[in-house]
Amino acid sequence: MSLSWAVFSPFILAIFVPLMKRYSKLHIGWLVSILPLALFIGFLSYIPKVMNGETVYHVIEWIPSLGINIAFYLDGLSLLFAMIITGIGFFVVIYSIGYLGAKENLVNFYIYILMFMGAMLGVVLSNNLIVLFVFWELTSISSFLLIGFWYHKPESKYGAQKALLITVSGGLAMLASFVLIWVVTGSFDIREIIASADLIKSSDYYLAILILFLLGAFTKSAQFPFHIWLPNAMEAPTPISAYLHSATMVKAGIYMMARSSLFLAGTPEWTYIVSLVGIFTMVYAGYMALTQTDLKAILAYSTISQLGLITTLLGFNTNLAIITAVFHLFNHASFKGSLFMVVGIVDHETGTRDIRKLGGLAKKMPITATVAGIGALAMAGIPPLNGFLSKELFFKATVSLDGIMAPWTTWFFPTMAVLGAIFTFAYSMRLFLKVFFGKPQFEKLDKKPHEAPIGLWLPAVILVSFSVIFGLFPGLIENSIVSPAASAVAGETLSVHISHWHGLNLPLLMTIIVIGVGTVLYINLAKFQQLQARLTPKISLNRIYDWSIDAIPKTGKIITDRQMTGFLRDYLVFILGYVSLSILATMFIKNTWTFTGLDLASIEIYEVLLAVLLVAGALGVLFFRTRLAAIISLGIVGFSVSLFFIFFRAPDLALTQLIVETISLALFLLAFAQLPDLKPEVKKWSEKTVNIVISVAVGVTIFLLILMANGNRYYEPISEWFIENGYALAGGTNLVNVILVDFRGFDTLGEITVLVAAALSVYALIRLRLEKRSESNE
Amino acid sequence: MNNLILRTIAKRTFYLFVAFSLYLLFRGHNLPGGGFIAGLLTVAAIVLQYLAFDIKYVQKLLPIDYINVAVMGLVLATLTGIGGMFLGYPFLTQAFDYYTIPIFGTVELATALLFDIGVYLVVIGSVLTIISAIGDEKPWNS
Repeated sequence: MSLSWAVFSPFILAIFVPLMKRYSKLHIGWLVSILPLALFIGFLSYIPKVMNGETVYHVIEWIPSLGINIAFYLDGLSLLFAMIITGIGFFVVIYSIGYLGAKENLVNFYIYILMFMGAMLGVVLSNNLIVLFVFWELTSISSFLLIGFWYHKPESKYGAQKALLITVSGGLAMLASFVLIWVVTGSFDIREIIASADLIKSSDYYLAILILFLLGAFTKSAQFPFHIWLPNAMEAPTPISAYLHSATMVKAGIYMMARSSLFLAGTPEWTYIVSLVGIFTMVYAGYMALTQTDLKAILAYSTISQLGLITTLLGFNTNLAIITAVFHLFNHASFKGSLFMVVGIVDHETGTRDIRKLGGLAKKMPITATVAGIGALAMAGIPPLNGFLSKELFFKATVSLDGIMAPWTTWFFPTMAVLGAIFTFAYSMRLFLKVFFGKPQFEKLDKKPHEAPIGLWLPAVILVSFSVIFGLFPGLIENSIVSPAASAVAGETLSVHISHWHGLNLPLLMTIIVIGVGTVLYINLAKFQQLQARLTPKISLNRIYDWSIDAIPKTGKIITDRQMTGFLRDYLVFILGYVSLSILATMFIKNTWTFTGLDLASIEIYEVLLAVLLVAGALGVLFFRTRLAAIISLGIVGFSVSLFFIFFRAPDLALTQLIVETISLALFLLAFAQLPDLKPEVKKWSEKTVNIVISVAVGVTIFLLILMANGNRYYEPISEWFIENGYALAGGTNLVNVILVDFRGFDTLGEITVLVAAALSVYALIRLRLEKRSESNE
Repeated sequence: MNNLILRTIAKRTFYLFVAFSLYLLFRGHNLPGGGFIAGLLTVAAIVLQYLAFDIKYVQKLLPIDYINVAVMGLVLATLTGIGGMFLGYPFLTQAFDYYTIPIFGTVELATALLFDIGVYLVVIGSVLTIISAIGDEKPWNS
């Protein structure tokens, strides 16, 4: 399996999803699920290679002249992510079969999910920053489509727009940082950039690069204050929340931070910004999760909090922290994925996600309750589950900061970590105990709860069993997965040994505090929530977001109304005035008033005559009182110009100009019936003066510009090269055509795309007006 | 207005116009011509029919959805660009070679011509979409 096939196969399969719908009686999900499974197995087969420290590299040239190539690179970190993407992807697709009935728009759903899978694999496998950016934005777009899957609901639309606006603006910031990285290192290739890491860290742009880069990572990974999109993203169908908004896409930011640690991390700026944002997010989101009443909102804040934990670790950037980050990434995917599935089951079987209406489900849904229990205990960090192991390591990382960061951090980070873990413990218990063991209140439910079908609970069971298996036997993954991934982040081989018992030490004490205080907090949760309600400030980040979403278009409209008068003549004044002003200003500033070296041909008498005709035609347009005469007069100008082209031996231009003139004349005639009568314009003298000044200025500017361009030749004109190489390289003797279709073929492709877009918009505008009119006539 | 002369000329010259535009298209790589010019000339041929006859009548005779023509052209041009990628060349790499074919003799076949045909179709499709949309519209006060 080559890496590029792995990335592109989901896109290719997506094309065939509509056909599957038509020709298969089976739920499409079964057919789609084959691909992530096959890819997962494919990636598994890379483990031995990657364990030996080998890497896989595959490159397709895309725009080699700009250093942009579709290059894929697989090391331990990419492999870990690729396995999470395909593995969780497989379970989520299976789960979605039971979750989404045949009435839902399954074709859209599976196309989007495949598109996301391909894009996400592209992000974690790309070795070129520009290619990575393309895939990065594609994940935002597919997330937008999936959050808005039930697009008839206003909440879905709101959530989708919010997620898109926040993550895409972060993505743009990240693109800016990529450009700055290119300015410093001259490369978009991640391997090459890592090789010139010192160049970046010592450059004047370092802080700008870092901040722009982190904006991208923080928005995507929902770090404070950009986390506000994630709770609203929960409007997506639950399989999507489990997949994109907990296991994979939100970890793309984490991936970027891990990937860049070899060329951005290790400086004080990185350490303090990343770890402080991370720890604050962890504590704040844990605190927020306590009060949520929607089960998915609890999980959303919990995800934000856990992402904060991983971010903090990447901020420390010590070897221990990196190992823990990678390990926890893996653990979080397993327990959070299963918890999301549990919430989906509860929602599906009871008709509500409101924790206040739920209770006592354990008897009705024993399997689901078991999964929820294990998942919640793993999240809370109870031994012997995998969450306990990674949390112990996290505590250990926070207490071993001596000498790495300032003295105050040695008490600050452990305290915050314990606080965050206490919140985590309390909301995990609330999630599990309240829903499954709280007072039964089935009368408040729309449906009579009973155990979910096997298709729903089996993926959850399998996912959560990883928490148990790798909790009991961490040795299974420490050398095969964790160590290669951590080594890829650290840039050196790290040996990993994860054990349950470290002796009576500080991390163990911290765990005991967490469990003790967490239990007290859970018991007194009602009182705590009252206190929380009183502390909530009036101004929230969501308010600010809503306010700006409202204010930006309003401000835009005010500005636009000023300049968009609806009169073509006004626009011409703006455009032409600006063009001549800017060109003339440049001429003055650069002082280019040289007319030496002009190589002018002698002027023939027929050229003079033609010029007179041309000027007469132009003046005629001004003075004729009927439209027809004005149009024909304008035609004279056009045809004279094409004659000039013939004199100057440019047959292609002349031909084009002639036909364009003919067609625009015909167009005028066709549109004639719709134009109102030509009325003599009554204009103030001041307006007329402005117009005259601008038109004279445009004429003078262009005249001067052409003369000066002819007099100032700094470089050999490229036309010589075209003449010499046109036939040999492109096999054509008509250079105009060779340039259009071959040398500058990309420009032409852009132009014809614009042409099609213009035709579509004209068509749409006119059709829409016609339809509206025919409706009003009826 | 008596349209008899215009109609007769328009009818008789239509094929001439189209044939000449194809001629310009195919020789474009080596002599003045090419997709843009050829496309515009075909447009001119059809616009002449619009002027001489009624738009509705011409559209009945030539029942072509011009938007589809434009999109097809764009797809063709893009595909010729992608074609080279399968052989390991960058996007939009054009190739050409010379072949000897009976009757025609030695002929140059270039992928650039396919690209140019794409341009030709886009020009025809887009311009005629715009023109027939505008020409179709009923006057304001009716």
